[in-house]
Amino acid sequence: MKRILSLALALVILPALAFSQTKTDLNLWTFNELHAQYYNSAVVAWNAANPTKQINLKAEVFPYDDMHNKLLIALQSGKGAPDIADIEISKFPNYLKGNIGLVPLDDLLNPIRKQFVQARLDIYGKDGKTYGICFHVGAAVMYYNMDMMKAAGVDIDKIDTWDDWVKAGLQVKAKIGKPMTTVETTDQWSYWPLISQQKSDYTDKNGNVTIDNDVNTKTLQFLHDLIYVQKIAVVAPGGFHHSEQYYGFMNDGGAATIWMPMWYMGRFTDYMPDLKGKMAIRPLPRWTKGGNRSAGMGGTGTAVTKQSKNIDLAKAFLVYAKGSKEANIQIWKQLGFDPVRWDVWSDPAMNEPNKFTAFFQNPNIFQTLLQVKDEIVPVNVNDRMVKVIDQIRSKTFVQVLGDNSKTAAVALKEAAAEAKK
Amino acid sequence: MKSLTNTMRVAPYVFVAPFLVAFLCFYLYPIGTTVLMSFQNVVPGQTSFIGLTNYARIVDADFLDALRVGFIYTFLTIAILVPLPIVFAVLLNSGAKRLNAVHRAMFFLPSLVSVVVAGTVFRLMFASTDKAIINSLLKLVGINPVDWIMGGAPQAMFLMVMLATWRWLGVNLIYFLSGLQSIPEELYEAAEMDGANPVQRFMRITLPLLKPTIIFVTTISIFGGFAMFEESYMFWQGLSPNNVGLTMVGLLFKRGFQQGDLGMASTYGLVLMLIVFTLSILQLKLFGFFKKED
Repeated sequence: MKRILSLALALVILPALAFSQTKTDLNLWTFNELHAQYYNSAVVAWNAANPTKQINLKAEVFPYDDMHNKLLIALQSGKGAPDIADIEISKFPNYLKGNIGLVPLDDLLNPIRKQFVQARLDIYGKDGKTYGICFHVGAAVMYYNMDMMKAAGVDIDKIDTWDDWVKAGLQVKAKIGKPMTTVETTDQWSYWPLISQQKSDYTDKNGNVTIDNDVNTKTLQFLHDLIYVQKIAVVAPGGFHHSEQYYGFMNDGGAATIWMPMWYMGRFTDYMPDLKGKMAIRPLPRWTKGGNRSAGMGGTGTAVTKQSKNIDLAKAFLVYAKGSKEANIQIWKQLGFDPVRWDVWSDPAMNEPNKFTAFFQNPNIFQTLLQVKDEIVPVNVNDRMVKVIDQIRSKTFVQVLGDNSKTAAVALKEAAAEAKK
Repeated sequence: MKSLTNTMRVAPYVFVAPFLVAFLCFYLYPIGTTVLMSFQNVVPGQTSFIGLTNYARIVDADFLDALRVGFIYTFLTIAILVPLPIVFAVLLNSGAKRLNAVHRAMFFLPSLVSVVVAGTVFRLMFASTDKAIINSLLKLVGINPVDWIMGGAPQAMFLMVMLATWRWLGVNLIYFLSGLQSIPEELYEAAEMDGANPVQRFMRITLPLLKPTIIFVTTISIFGGFAMFEESYMFWQGLSPNNVGLTMVGLLFKRGFQQGDLGMASTYGLVLMLIVFTLSILQLKLFGFFKKED
């Protein structure tokens, strides 16, 4: 009797189990609420398109440092990592040490690789393999406050080189008495794009520290001079362009321009509402004739961990959610990022009105991007880069740009020496 | 009978077992691994021994900054958090008993607030805009707004010491109060009869008899000072301009978790232990702790 009963039970339970298992659980860690929202919408689209490979996605949001630390420990100890994780670019090298705990994505990426801005895949690679997919190009652009430009009589389409830009800055200062721009001292977005534009970087391809080379020194000196010689720039209130104080300052027309990556658009729409309709986006000025007018900055490399029990499914979902054409259009629509696939930039969907197109004066934001698509060089991502960033953000910028206590050459030499240790 | 002796023999071990297990798993084992890791390059799956390489890399600019911040912070917190609570404790001890309890609770309350909450509140209070509470108070008395958090080393140290004082005053106060309450009342009565004034009574009776408490509080303050991390982290999120808020534990955190070099972090952990140990021994010697009482 007992045997029959258990058999009957098994007959009832097994199919039920099998049925409930048709949805595979995948865990995802991120450090950004907006990213999580995006993945949750992506999984709905995935499930609609893949009835046989249903996913039950659990996207968890942790504070930035917390998430990266937890993930590092989980990969190091071999237990507890999620299936998929967002890893911010300046942390990425930490996860490429030793036996890499992430899964190469090349087999799925190779067929579509050509449609990507190549530099944005290279940054998450090691030894010819790619371990992460980015949300955006992060093309550095110049945001102009057109009210102030008009008041100062500056035609921004005549600005081609940084020299032109400085001249315009002097004009702005003379005519309306406002600083042309702000410069960060505790973050790196005022500096990194400028050296990347000139094909220089913190480190070279082999991971050697190059932060104190001539181009880098001259560029930091250039920023210094904007503040202390031409006096057309001020240190960003709060020290960086993501501080509450800066948002308030800029929102009130505190400075005429700012150069930041494209993903900064969302900060305007969300934190500087009074600038609506006043801002225009242009490529960065060039350093030399024919020089690059942009740089790819920042990024989140999303990766699949080796600890995942469903590596193939996780990979497929990741490549779908961040690498497919539809996904790249959604990334623009939902997040306001400049997606990594350049073949979508000219897609009509990109011109549909949304809160970003409504905010900026550009009739076609992606036209700006298409102009500079081939003028973006990859940054070198490696262990030493992490150390250089730490040095310049905690010391160099403060010393050279903030309290003007050291020259660019001296401060960068010191930073290089520390980063080499 | 035999089984009874057996239980008698076994029982003590059973009772201490929970502690022993916890101690072995959560103290001795990690300490051992830390020592081991300080000789290693710790990379997932490819950890290797590198001899003294980590130790050779100890002294760098960050380390010197952390050492400086650690020493100044510890010195200041001890300079404030020993005398001030003693004064308050004496005042509270002499006051009306019922009011005493209320005051004690008031002083103690901040230490129950999590550092994260307290740090966030302090950060907002001391924000550099002129609308922040502290700066707007300064403006009322005609002082220009101060850039507290990003302004430089003196302001940064002020913030950290201020937060520590607010949080730990009450805890130290309780230590000193209990120290005071163990001093026999007769001593004061006798001294009073002999014509000692309150200052003399404080200097000659209270302070000497509080010495064990003072030694204890100083010792934990040395450790607390050098091990400080959360306060600084709450103000600067691990990246302070010119390292004005970098502590030894901050450096350990930076190397281990932000830069993924757990071997180096372990080395700094041991260095921190060494520093605290040396200072504590020195301090105990200074107080005559090791001298035999005559």
